[in-house]
Amino acid sequence: MSLKGAAYIAGAWEHPTRKAPDKSIALLHAECAKGALEDAGLTKDDIDGYFCAGDAPGGLGPLSMVDYMNLKCRHVDSTDVGGSSYQVAVGHAMEAIAAGRCNIALITLSGRPRSEGQATGTAPRPGNPAAPEMQFEYPYGPATANLYGMCAARHMYEYGTTSEQLAWIKVAASHHAQYNPNAMLRDVVTVEDVVNSPMVSTPLHRLDCCVISDGGGALILTKPEIAKSLKRPLVKVIGVGESPKHQAGGEIDLTYTAARWSGPPAWEMAGIKPSDIKYASIYDSFTITVLMQLEDLGFCEKGQGGKFVADGNLISGVGKLPFNTDGGGLCSNHPANRGGITKIIEAVRQLRGEAHPSVQVPNCDLAIAHGTGGALGTRHCGSTVILERE
Amino acid sequence: MAYTARKIPFVGTPDTNPETKPFFQGADAGKLMVRRCTSCKKVHHYPRELCPFCFGSCEWQEASGKAKVYTFSVMERANPPYAIGYVTLEEGPNVLTNFVDCDFKALKIGQDVKVTFVKTEDGGPSMPFFTPA
Ligand SMILES: [Zn+2]
Repeated sequence: MSLKGAAYIAGAWEHPTRKAPDKSIALLHAECAKGALEDAGLTKDDIDGYFCAGDAPGGLGPLSMVDYMNLKCRHVDSTDVGGSSYQVAVGHAMEAIAAGRCNIALITLSGRPRSEGQATGTAPRPGNPAAPEMQFEYPYGPATANLYGMCAARHMYEYGTTSEQLAWIKVAASHHAQYNPNAMLRDVVTVEDVVNSPMVSTPLHRLDCCVISDGGGALILTKPEIAKSLKRPLVKVIGVGESPKHQAGGEIDLTYTAARWSGPPAWEMAGIKPSDIKYASIYDSFTITVLMQLEDLGFCEKGQGGKFVADGNLISGVGKLPFNTDGGGLCSNHPANRGGITKIIEAVRQLRGEAHPSVQVPNCDLAIAHGTGGALGTRHCGSTVILERE
Repeated sequence: MAYTARKIPFVGTPDTNPETKPFFQGADAGKLMVRRCTSCKKVHHYPRELCPFCFGSCEWQEASGKAKVYTFSVMERANPPYAIGYVTLEEGPNVLTNFVDCDFKALKIGQDVKVTFVKTEDGGPSMPFFTPA
């Protein structure tokens, strides 16, 4: 049985904060949950399923947060695949709802790496010494920026992708962010601004990188009967896919992402193709992340991503594929160093017609929200959600 | 830019994990040890007891130390900057490493490199690094 349409996104809320030194991470999660419930027109007691990931504080998956928020749940899931966890959670929540294990699912993300002063992208962070790869990687200084830089360098080598083409992705995000009062970077930038910004890790410049921000977001998913009884526009989940990609025993190919595998099952479930999509939320930890995922999701041929993103093709009202119209991780926010949930929230805004009027896509009825978690240079997960306005 | 060596940190279990101990013993003796599967004959990295291609059992062999640059990224924000990358070993697998004793501006994907060993800080084991051949 296809899961297509088994769940609707009834509530979506993004925390407006970008710096929250005075709030605990648990409180940020709870504020997001409250915001999403109010958006849906539901109350806390309606929740019977809770989904979170590694940003949820506490040692045992969801337990601390269900205790803190005092939720009475029949179903919990704390699958942690970094920034892609929230697209994965949408799929898992849909499965749980279809199976009758819960009726109203809450998904939360929150964090405050900015207040905690994390050098998120440039400092290697040692993990658990028991991780089998640790001793073969940590000595070499893997940090987020150079793990993505290695992918960009290889993509340039194989396909002739240029820094100027990558820069167009930031340019497009900045055109959108100017209309988002909560965005961290609201100044419109040019290709020259991006390629002349300081080099972080070759070939990625400072403006090829996403922001470091506090904040969070939450989603409420529910079954069709309940969604249709609420007052909000109907946003139906019609396709989901998830897949990890890794070093494969040393047989690496850094020119593609896990979207190559998470995309096809989502497209098949949805019964649509990339050219049907009116709006795309694409995970944007770095410009190269966007370019490779667009190729892997089938928006253009492999290797043609540079040409595809150039000349404003991702700018709403200008190009063929409006993307990240809230400014995305590149300009608006990247709470908890995980941008998955904000991708879904902006897709919901577009489908409801509630994006900023300057970036709202006309007649937006089909949208995609794709997440990547982990590091493209070593191992990561890709997760795809396709949504339809009913 | 002139090359400046950085301190190499280490986190791991080189002495207490028998699965990987021969790799570190080899590195301390100036040998790059890799594992080859006795069933499918393929070489993999990082080293595991069970072959990641077929779950067959593996034996250790010394790699030639010859490789080609698959990709790299120079972390210019670090002080001193360093060049992380993957090399494709002559024996097949790609290996995460750093490039040392070289001009980062002259590094090229596809160029020939050879292994060299650098001691990690605080009495840690030696690790394989690569330098232009
Ligand atoms: Zn084998």
